[in-house]
Amino acid sequence: MYKILKKEEIGNNVYSMEIYAPEIAKNAKAGQFIIFRIEDKGERVPLTVAGIDVDKGSVRIIFQVVGKSTLQLSLLAQGDVIKDFVGPLGHPTEIKKYGVFVAVAGGVGAAEVLPVVKELKKVGNKIVTIIGARSKDLIILEEELKEVSDELLFATNDGTYGLKGFVTDVLKNVIVKEKVDVVYAIGPIPMMKAVSDLTKGKSIKTIVSLNPIMLDGTGMCGACRVTVDNKTRFACVDGPEFDGHSIAWKELSLRLGLYKNLEKVSLDIFSYNMECKCHTK
Amino acid sequence: MSHKIKMPQRDPQIRKKDFKQVNIGYTKEEMLLEAKRCLQCKTPMCVKGCSVEINIPGFIKCLLEDKPKAAIEVLNQKTSLPAVCGRVCPQENQCEKNCVLEIKNESIAIGNLERYAADVTANDKDENVCIKKNNVKIAVIGSGPAGLTCGGGLLKQGYDVTVFESLHNTGGVLRYGIPEFRLPKEVLDIELNKLKNLGMKFVLNTLIGRTKTVQDLFEEGFKAIFIAVGAGLPIFPNLPGENLNHIYCANEFLVRVNLMRSYDFPNYDTPVYKGKNVVVVGGGNTAMDSARTAIRLGAESVKLIYRRSESEMPARLEERIHAKEEGIEFVILTKPIKFIGDEKGFVKAVECVKVELTEPDKSGRRNPKALGGSNYILETDMVILALGLNPNPILTSLTRALKTDAKGHVLCDETYMTSLAGVFAGGDIVGGTTVISAMGMGKQAAKNIIHYLTK
Repeated sequence: MYKILKKEEIGNNVYSMEIYAPEIAKNAKAGQFIIFRIEDKGERVPLTVAGIDVDKGSVRIIFQVVGKSTLQLSLLAQGDVIKDFVGPLGHPTEIKKYGVFVAVAGGVGAAEVLPVVKELKKVGNKIVTIIGARSKDLIILEEELKEVSDELLFATNDGTYGLKGFVTDVLKNVIVKEKVDVVYAIGPIPMMKAVSDLTKGKSIKTIVSLNPIMLDGTGMCGACRVTVDNKTRFACVDGPEFDGHSIAWKELSLRLGLYKNLEKVSLDIFSYNMECKCHTK
Repeated sequence: MSHKIKMPQRDPQIRKKDFKQVNIGYTKEEMLLEAKRCLQCKTPMCVKGCSVEINIPGFIKCLLEDKPKAAIEVLNQKTSLPAVCGRVCPQENQCEKNCVLEIKNESIAIGNLERYAADVTANDKDENVCIKKNNVKIAVIGSGPAGLTCGGGLLKQGYDVTVFESLHNTGGVLRYGIPEFRLPKEVLDIELNKLKNLGMKFVLNTLIGRTKTVQDLFEEGFKAIFIAVGAGLPIFPNLPGENLNHIYCANEFLVRVNLMRSYDFPNYDTPVYKGKNVVVVGGGNTAMDSARTAIRLGAESVKLIYRRSESEMPARLEERIHAKEEGIEFVILTKPIKFIGDEKGFVKAVECVKVELTEPDKSGRRNPKALGGSNYILETDMVILALGLNPNPILTSLTRALKTDAKGHVLCDETYMTSLAGVFAGGDIVGGTTVISAMGMGKQAAKNIIHYLTK
């Protein structure tokens, strides 16, 4: 059992939790992920590590409520426990001096990029962080990101914060202004693809962190396979970070939709059972 | 001479609709008739065929006297998993193959008898369990058949055994791989509980290499380590379209159904696609398990494609017979060359080609050669690839100075010790392929670990 030490709603339907898992906290590094399972009938869900506190023995996760498991997790309170929590999984981000490092995150991807830029900043990189969201109220972690970025820029679809448009529009401006050594993208697939397409033309090294469907997360099942450089690779053991210019994006996007209908069934049943029925006939 | 007593089975038409056990098990009368056939050879050849050297005539003699408790004690001296072995060991290639009665095709049904002894004593309390503990800590990495056997052997010699498992439940392939209808989880749990009662400790959700390292284990005071992390990375055929939706690797399909219980979705959260016209590629036990699981999930047709002929299939004869009884169609001397998808990226057909077998090569195996112009299309909405696995790379790549071969198997000396002192390995990670070969290695490794620690 793994205890929830702290829970906070940090955005619209976005939650931050600190889970007590001292062994994972001791060994987890930026860029890695964990898998949680709430209870015996639960599914295994991968989430990128959003922070580590070795002294408290805790691992921070940040998630948006999108399906049954994230909804169920969001309903738990500080002090509650979850059944399973395993990690750290996947390769950590390579922390070294790249020069100018531009981190691009979409939506809840901001949480995942936070520990990465934090570590890269420590070793002397210039960090430019670009956060994209549909509108201002969906932007999370602004203060924490500001602390670890030399520049923090925003793009919103409706123009309520930062530039009106997409993260790629902001990225274009950054690239014009200075020599960018590495671009790191994490978020929805269309966003990561758009970033990779943009940087490919300019030959800028681009790392993307993928989140395909996973099951065991330890290299056993092949569910998370993705075509990289025309070869089948496994995001859980070969990744989750890959060269953004070598990914078969269309295939990855189609594979992510595999269980869409069944996931909805699961969410609908759970939501229905949650409703109070005392007054219905 | 009396004939071998057949294992009673459930009707294929009924059993293919549920996940309950196919083989029912001997009644007492059937057990006695079968046990009576054993010649009680002075020099029993059957024992030589057993990887864990069970005193086979010994336990059969106890059964013949209708003393199952005494029989299980004989079994327990050498194995910790008799109910599992009685079900999933390929006895026909091991002990039963060596039985002198096999000349007349009437070998003793040793596996069925082993299962009987384990099943009728399953709920007995373990008496006389009085092991003198020596407080020497041993770490076993992986709770599959190799790990449990090695750990069980050490436990019975007084060692303090802790088993680390990366998944959220124990048993390894016995739980996530082998389906309920061949090995009920309840049977597995009984054997695991016996090990727990003997003092075996299990630590779940711990991926050695990532959560902590082999070096950390030594620092925690473990005196020897047995690596039994099993197979990992599934092999894909490297064919166009292999990553289309509803193309599963057998491991994913079986993990979803067996470990995550997706056959009971949405009661359980993990979904699985239930194909109507399923194509399984491969000829091993995993392919049979996948095909038979697919039919139980409601498939209208299941075709099993294999590139050699049936006699070359690695799957056990019993599994092949069971599969065919349940309506699995074998399409032999055929291999897929391309997977075709619809506009949404879901598989809709497999392009196959007929093959013929060449003359045996140096290793004696006849290899498939495609026949030009024999291409044809099989329509399908789900493909399950059961083409084998490569060793799991996580622990080996994260353990400094642990030597592996080119494929990633851990290299061992004849005592199963790896390139690191005090670190032993066995099972699929060193190149084993079956449950029993894994158990055999676990058994030998346990002996060698004791020798290493006491020399």
